Amino acid sequence: MIEAFFNIEIMKAAWPIVLTGLWNTILLSLIVVPLGLLGGLILALLASIRHPLVRWPLMAWVDFFRAFPPLVLLVLLFAGLPFAGLELGGFACVAIAFFLNTGSYYGEIFRAGIDSVPAGQVEAARSTGLTRMQAMRYVVLPQAVRNVMPDLLSNTLEVVKLTSLGSVVAVPELLYEARQAQSITYNPTPIVMAAVIYFLLLWPVVRLLSRLENRALAGRR
Amino acid sequence: MSGWDKFVETFFNAKVMVKYLPDILSGVVVTIELALLIVVTGLGAGLALALLRSLAIRPLNWLIVFTVDLFRSLPPLVIIVLMYFGLPYAGPAPSGFVSTWLSLAFVLMAFSEEIFWAGITSIPKGQWEAARSTGLSFGQTLFNVVLPQAFRLTIPPLTNRTIAITKGTALGTVVAVTEILGQASSAMSNSYNPSPLMMGAAAYVVLFLPVVVAARWIETRFAWKR
Repeated sequence: MIEAFFNIEIMKAAWPIVLTGLWNTILLSLIVVPLGLLGGLILALLASIRHPLVRWPLMAWVDFFRAFPPLVLLVLLFAGLPFAGLELGGFACVAIAFFLNTGSYYGEIFRAGIDSVPAGQVEAARSTGLTRMQAMRYVVLPQAVRNVMPDLLSNTLEVVKLTSLGSVVAVPELLYEARQAQSITYNPTPIVMAAVIYFLLLWPVVRLLSRLENRALAGRR
Repeated sequence: MSGWDKFVETFFNAKVMVKYLPDILSGVVVTIELALLIVVTGLGAGLALALLRSLAIRPLNWLIVFTVDLFRSLPPLVIIVLMYFGLPYAGPAPSGFVSTWLSLAFVLMAFSEEIFWAGITSIPKGQWEAARSTGLSFGQTLFNVVLPQAFRLTIPPLTNRTIAITKGTALGTVVAVTEILGQASSAMSNSYNPSPLMMGAAAYVVLFLPVVVAARWIETRFAWKR
């Protein structure tokens, strides 16, 4: 059992490979999280224009990407687009898929945040002479973001976990490198290493979240 | 041939579509089976853990919290890969279907336990005490007083999480499950044409979009008025 899953020799040999994967996962997260946040912010700002002609297509857009599995989106971009003469690398496909998929989730969260700020505040801000944009930027958004902080954090955790999909399109992140190491060594220890690294990296976030969520749900009553 | 015709010929090739429709449909059946299994076992296990946790047995609760944290921090794909490629070294060799089912059920169990538990703890202590003092047993209080109120609170976050995890059935492709994406991918490489992939994508939309729309309705229906 120990020989198979916690083999010290293999750990030593696989460590540099797994470490490269870890750095790439961190790097990938640092790129796709801001991308998703940006996409979400754009969607939420558009949704704050309360016109049915804007709101309905936006809702359809968001629902579509909430229904569509991210892996299918990724495969579609990676394996489908080349048939249209557009060959993107694995990394670019991950970036686009995450922008579309996680952007929709972030968008819903931002929208809920913006809705949670009472309309009276915008009216007050506008009556002091702020423009619509200024009212949004200085009055509504700061409060909106604070109100949905736990949800934003929870979604960010999911996004970081989702970067493991990159392994399917040969992006050399943690899971990909671990599987490479596994196929070289014929031993599952590298995958166990990757799992332990994910756990150590994300456990503190999960702890924090579970506190925030308990408080939020209990405070609803 | 104009550009448009060529586009349609490539991505929506009728001949290819007709040929691989049965494959995609069999993929749909597998996806539905997998999804239902995950939802039933995942939510059931999550509720069971939350109920166990309400008994307030210290060491047991630590174990529950650790299990929940573990499955919340590991990416589902990592769990699937570990189970499918790793477990055989220790003896049992679960199939791709079983690996995907168990992995995603564990993940849903972890998330739903967290949500059920938050719902149960959100019921003020006074209600417990009041119910117990009228002569209800612990079980009666839990099932007749606490849970009905807790459920209402948990429904919106629960539906969202359930959908997000159920979509993960597509991950089964990585461990050779013949669900929609798996069927579409192999049909694409056999026909050297992306039309099966488009069919697969459409199948996911047909399958999951109604659920998402229903969830949106449930969300507004069960929202607490501020």
